[in-house]
Amino acid sequence: MSPTTPAATPDLLYSEEEEALRAAVRALLADRADPATVLAAVESGRPHDPDLWRALTAGIGAAGLLVPEKLGGQGAGPREAAVVLEELGRAVAPAPYLTSAVLAVTALLGCDTGRPEVAGPLAALAEGRTVCALAVPLPTAPGGTGPATVRADAAGALTGRITSVADAAGAGLLLVPADGPDGPALYAVQAAADGVRSEPVTPLDLTRPLAHVVLDGAAGRPLARGEQARVAVERALRTGAGLLASEQLGLAEWCLTETVRYTRERTQFGRPIGSFQALKHRMAALWLDVASARAAARNAADALAGDTPDAPVAVALAQAYCAPVAVRAAEECIQLHGGIGMTWEHPAHLFLKRAKSDELALGTPGRHRAALAGLVDLAAP
Amino acid sequence: MTDAADLRRRTADLLAAHPPTRRPRPPLAEGPAGPHLWSGTDRLDFLGARFDAGLAWVHFPEGLGGLDAPRSLQAVVDAELAAAGAPDNDPGRIGIGLGMAAPTILRYGTEEQKKRFLRPLWTGEEVWCQLFSEPGAGSDLAALATRAVRDEDGDWIVDGQKVWTSSAHLARWAILVARTDPAVPKHRGLTYFVCDMTDPGVEVRPLRQITGEAEFNEVFLTGVRIPDAHRLGDVGDGWQVARTTLMNERVAIGGVRTPREGGMIGVAAAAWRDRPELRTHDLHQRLLTLWVEAEVARLTGERLRQQLSMGQPGPEGSGMKLAFARLAQQISGWDVEFRGEDGLTYDDWTLRRPDGVDFIGREAGYRYLRAKGNSIEGGTSEVLLNIVAERVLGLPPEPRTDKDVAWKDLPR
Repeated sequence: MSPTTPAATPDLLYSEEEEALRAAVRALLADRADPATVLAAVESGRPHDPDLWRALTAGIGAAGLLVPEKLGGQGAGPREAAVVLEELGRAVAPAPYLTSAVLAVTALLGCDTGRPEVAGPLAALAEGRTVCALAVPLPTAPGGTGPATVRADAAGALTGRITSVADAAGAGLLLVPADGPDGPALYAVQAAADGVRSEPVTPLDLTRPLAHVVLDGAAGRPLARGEQARVAVERALRTGAGLLASEQLGLAEWCLTETVRYTRERTQFGRPIGSFQALKHRMAALWLDVASARAAARNAADALAGDTPDAPVAVALAQAYCAPVAVRAAEECIQLHGGIGMTWEHPAHLFLKRAKSDELALGTPGRHRAALAGLVDLAAP
Repeated sequence: MTDAADLRRRTADLLAAHPPTRRPRPPLAEGPAGPHLWSGTDRLDFLGARFDAGLAWVHFPEGLGGLDAPRSLQAVVDAELAAAGAPDNDPGRIGIGLGMAAPTILRYGTEEQKKRFLRPLWTGEEVWCQLFSEPGAGSDLAALATRAVRDEDGDWIVDGQKVWTSSAHLARWAILVARTDPAVPKHRGLTYFVCDMTDPGVEVRPLRQITGEAEFNEVFLTGVRIPDAHRLGDVGDGWQVARTTLMNERVAIGGVRTPREGGMIGVAAAAWRDRPELRTHDLHQRLLTLWVEAEVARLTGERLRQQLSMGQPGPEGSGMKLAFARLAQQISGWDVEFRGEDGLTYDDWTLRRPDGVDFIGREAGYRYLRAKGNSIEGGTSEVLLNIVAERVLGLPPEPRTDKDVAWKDLPR
């Protein structure tokens, strides 16, 4: 018995190219997604900011990082996409990056990319010409896909309902796992097609819209069948969960940085409140959590990039660790800001809502710990 | 410029000139294996030759055990020598000398002091200990009260009491901080010395601790005479010198690469696998949480090492000790609870003087009790949190009431 010690040492640092990518994304977000802009955008009711998305995709090429060059992408990988997600998390940017550029792209890459009905959407996604959503409930964990709630008939007409799909509202294309006449399959459905209805729900996280997708005889094109379809969806969920850790890291970092900045300036009892030991220790402990979350998130991105046998452990580890750190960072941010932290005007609430919603997304920490129990041979009682 | 290839060549030359020879393994009754496998002369000869070849610590200056090479290249030498089966200098036993005394002597010592002290320190012929903490000055180290007064010959006469001194009963030398001017504020009146532990007036008494063992000592200094030639740094500059020692103490943490489940979590996980009848749902949840934290702490240490090897020292080092202390306490507490009836027993309360701390080889109860020291020794967790908050995050310092007050006027 060996508890799966990784064969190779992971690269936990950032390369120069990754830092350059980070600088480009950060500059863009500073320009177009400062907290006031994000707040105004989410109140406008638009699912996401199309100008920001265009700049991120067409301008920087961020949406095509996971897509090979010969398929129209940037030919980078999960390590680079993770850096983009760190920055998007730091800005709680309302951009469908995780859903479209990570989940949907990875699912498509698991299909036969030689076929035009797969290659076409991939190229469009990579260039940011369209937004695509993998139609699964956002809380679905890797390995946790139950029976499909959508049925397909022999002609490819899809019927059923999928609850709580992230970014479905702004998507042009939906990737729908369904039970077909020959077993499980993955279908592409145009969001604007007849028989497709999206029922928006009011999300806890205002920056990531949710909708129930209702299909009533909607026309679907099959992308993959049977085991290939199952593996493509599974891989997308695993990649999504692993890279979500980087979004959580970025979010936690913003919360800590802002809290430190605020407590150095805010004075009570004749002293900056950041000089009180009771507060200092909480921020120092949070710093340690964030530094540790960085190691866990980088480890997951590196394992996904290398497609190593340790990737399932690295992903479960990162989600089990980073999700609670992001929530705690946001909760501490609000508490240490005092009254202003409870207001709508201060952006802290956007971070708390994203962090808490991210804790459920792609598997709760408890689900990931349970997965680890099997992966590292620590059986339940 | 010395590079990896050059070091490999020098290492090969050393091995050719001093082929490591092993004494036949003694019968089991004659004692444990390990470094003792080497006949004393052969082993010390080899270590001395290694020092003289500049392969002891390659980043040290030439003539002092090094070659002025980048610190990261030490790993090249260590790997080659380990592969050849060469003896090492038992760093676990002489850690205080290697990790704390040596960098301080290198930075503040005179040429004579460096030549006298570094070689036998590195080979382990002379063991070092550290006379810093006092019963009244632990976290507030600069409040220490041990006095050093200059006599008419220019020597120093030292009186006081030190505590928590590892290896004092084995040590030939000590690094010592003493107060030489009580009339100035506490940080300014200190001076740093090398103290000969064999001198009259030095008395070492075992300090029995919570585990029943005497891992540490109390050291009583009564009229101990230290020649001025054994002063490190200027009179009154002891705090600056001590900071070098303390910074090196924390750099040493996280230096060793461990595999997954390499530490205490491995013992707990093995217990879980071996004893299915003791499993409960609550203990399962807590074990998995601890497993995740232990693995993430391991990765954070790995990330720190990668930063250091790229020449980007990260501040994570200040936090690693905090994380390890908390984890060791939580895991060892879980471990005692998991073992049920076995958790109610203890392996051995006999007063003993161990060579070091053996977390893995002892029973759960010992680990639980010894881990209580992890958040106290080498800087309490509370003090380390302050350090992170002030030096890493840049938060405002605690208000200081003692900064401009002469030490003799401070309330004690």
